[in-house]
Amino acid sequence: MDVIQMQRTWVEYTKSLYREGYLDSQFAQLQLLQDESNPDFVVEVVSLFFEDSERLLNDLTKVIDQQQGVDFKKVDAHVHQLKGSSSSIGAQRVKNACVAFRSFCDEQNIEGSLRCLHQVKQEYYLVKNKLENLFSLEQKIVAAGGSVPVDELGFL
Amino acid sequence: MESCNCIEPQLPPDELLSKYQYISDFFIALAYFSIPLELIYFVKKSAVFPYRWVLVQFGAFIVLCGATHLINLWTFTIHSRTVAIVMTTAKILTAVVSCATALMLVHIIPDLLSVKTRELFLKNKAAELDREMGLIRTQEETGRHVRMLTHEIRSTLDRHTILKTTLVELGRTLSLEECALWMPTRTGLELQLAYTLRQQNPVGYTVPIHLPVINQVFSSNRAVKISPNSPVARLRPLAGKYPGEVVAVRVPLLHLSNFQINDWPELSTKRYALMVLMLPSDSARQWHTYELELVEVVADQVAVALSHAAILEESMRARDLLMEQNVALDLARREAETAIRARNDFLAVMNHEMRTPMHAIIALSSLLQETELTPEQRLMVETILKSSNLLATLINDVLDLSRLEDGSLQLDLGSFNLHSAFREVINLIRPIASVKKLVVTLHLAPDLPEYATGDEKRLMQTLLNVVGNAVKFSKEGSISITAFVAKAESLRDPRAPDFFPVPSDNHFFLRVQVKDTGSGINPQDYPKLFTKFAQSQSLATKNSAGSGLGLAICKRYHMLVIRFVNLMDGHIWLESEGLGKGCTAIFMIKLGVTECCTESKLPAATNASMNHAQTAFPGLKVMVMDDNGVSRMVTKGLLVHLGCDVTTVSSGDECLRLISQDHHVVFIDVCMYDGYEVALRVHEKLTKRHERPLTVALTANSDKATKDHCRRVGMNGVVLKPVSVDKMRTVLSDLLEHRNLV
Repeated sequence: MDVIQMQRTWVEYTKSLYREGYLDSQFAQLQLLQDESNPDFVVEVVSLFFEDSERLLNDLTKVIDQQQGVDFKKVDAHVHQLKGSSSSIGAQRVKNACVAFRSFCDEQNIEGSLRCLHQVKQEYYLVKNKLENLFSLEQKIVAAGGSVPVDELGFL
Repeated sequence: MESCNCIEPQLPPDELLSKYQYISDFFIALAYFSIPLELIYFVKKSAVFPYRWVLVQFGAFIVLCGATHLINLWTFTIHSRTVAIVMTTAKILTAVVSCATALMLVHIIPDLLSVKTRELFLKNKAAELDREMGLIRTQEETGRHVRMLTHEIRSTLDRHTILKTTLVELGRTLSLEECALWMPTRTGLELQLAYTLRQQNPVGYTVPIHLPVINQVFSSNRAVKISPNSPVARLRPLAGKYPGEVVAVRVPLLHLSNFQINDWPELSTKRYALMVLMLPSDSARQWHTYELELVEVVADQVAVALSHAAILEESMRARDLLMEQNVALDLARREAETAIRARNDFLAVMNHEMRTPMHAIIALSSLLQETELTPEQRLMVETILKSSNLLATLINDVLDLSRLEDGSLQLDLGSFNLHSAFREVINLIRPIASVKKLVVTLHLAPDLPEYATGDEKRLMQTLLNVVGNAVKFSKEGSISITAFVAKAESLRDPRAPDFFPVPSDNHFFLRVQVKDTGSGINPQDYPKLFTKFAQSQSLATKNSAGSGLGLAICKRYHMLVIRFVNLMDGHIWLESEGLGKGCTAIFMIKLGVTECCTESKLPAATNASMNHAQTAFPGLKVMVMDDNGVSRMVTKGLLVHLGCDVTTVSSGDECLRLISQDHHVVFIDVCMYDGYEVALRVHEKLTKRHERPLTVALTANSDKATKDHCRRVGMNGVVLKPVSVDKMRTVLSDLLEHRNLV
């Protein structure tokens, strides 16, 4: 595939992510922050997000699976962190799932919390997959000598 | 053919016998000659005879025979040889021709015989066709009758004419003895004799509708032969011995309600009339199929014509009704207009009339104030003065209301001192409140700007009205008034879902809450309150003349107040915890931000232009404290993009360790457990105000509690996460301009 084609694919893919609600305007802000002085800003932030989230999700699973009784304060704290991270990078669906999760934590509802945890995980893996696809596409574009056409997204 | 023994002895054996033979031969010859002539004559006359050749042959044969016999006449006497030769030739020829003819006839006679049979056959056929022709003609005539009947029936829309014509024409066409129409009564349980052919005014016979014979007729759409003895057929005394055959057919009566827009009328709910037709008695006539068909067709046509007539009646009735209603509405409108005019006149007059004494009271009370009075008297006079001023204001309100409705009222915008406006209103209300022993407190928020742009007079009027009402409805206790600037997130009140204030940089929303300890509001009345508010809002935008004077919504607020709040792009509503628990009136209005204290008419719009002046803040030292790695990184990225020099810390201790006077701004995530504490510590550590870094809270929570908390610990601003580049830019600009976030 030539560069132009890849760039077009990138634009379409990114637009679809926004359209389907995986990403919101915050992610667009991050894309704005990427420039010559900071060429890998987005990838760095997102990688950090992935690491953080995996850790948090593991911790959450451990805390919820406890037989002796679930410490909802801890759960809440973790979910709060995850919510913060996801909203910082604009992972809208993950953030929304976290918001729902928190309300169940407030109610100390174990069933609901479990369900929400699954939901959050699902959303997280989805958005992770999408973002990885996006980044690999970006790498291909750069390797082929082109540049990522952030300007063509139009709504920034 | 007799053999002619023509060659015989010359001696006449017997004179008599030969004489007779002579004569006979003569006559035979004559006959033989005349027959072909006759044949030729008659065949010439008729043009159809097919076998001319045979005829010629036959003719030749006869002629020759005749010739033979003629020539025979000469042989009776002595004759020459020539004659004998001629005779022989003739005989030979005759023999030839006659044999030929005989042979020919063998072929021809069978044909001729068959012609005869064919003729018989054709004659039969002709007879049959004649019969059928007769039948068709009768049918065609019947058809003509039907068409004519239909035409007659359909040419009028008058129901009686239709029915009468039907009976008359049917009677004429079919030569009936009697024809009658039975209509169902209103109850639908009986059939009443409505029309007959012969009797002019039929007596009101009725028969019950559920007779078996009637059911039989109604259940089929064909004409049914019924017995002449059935009750529907026994209409007149028997004229003859044998009553004629009777036929009955149903006539569907279609009602207007049967015509639905989407469906066809349902057959099961139809009503039917019954048409009974009687052939003349003693006539031995029978009902023919085509006659029955005619009757059925006519019955259907009648049904259609009747329904048309019914529709027409209905539509005429509807039209009359509409005209009546129109007239009535017109009258009502004119009456309403008169009423409104009267009211307006009354208002105008009353205003004037009320103002005059008011002015007198105010003037004289002022004069009285100038004279020597005891302290008690002075207090009394002051109260009189204040109350009359209030009353005068209210009277002015009334006038304004009328002007509002004319749409001629405009807001009087100007810069004014917001704080003093509040204080003045309180001062006006205090005397009245003190009479009722109510405590009035005013609390102005610290962030309430001192000066604002808006209509000062109307704001004061509104305040006066709201507070005045609070005083009026409280028998004891206290009235507390709080005023503060409404923040964006708290602008949307769940109780006023259709209020979408859009804060902008030159304006702010002033929120005033007046809490009283009066009787409160029944929670059940809440929905009513707010629908009425909604109504009033929409009324306010159209100039509804019917809104009336005085106490409109909830019997509390002057329509004026509602209108003004609307004009100032605001909203007003009530909250109460229940009966007996007092009530809080809350209103929000949009005021312009103004910096200067001069009486400038233009709202200060300086902020807007300043906001985008700085697009980068080079060298601005910023510290970011956030325990969420991703957040931290993003915030740092933002600030770096804007040119700042950023230090990030992830804990309170680290922050306090690294903070110094060099830092200009510190962003603190207050969702961290020690967020507020750190802010406090920062303030403590760096106490000199002009050197201290500005502290801004970063939070995902936008509620009032968070904001209050931030304010309490002395933070300079609150920013909602996640932050966009533009927002960060604005925040930094504002901070550097004002050392505060407005």
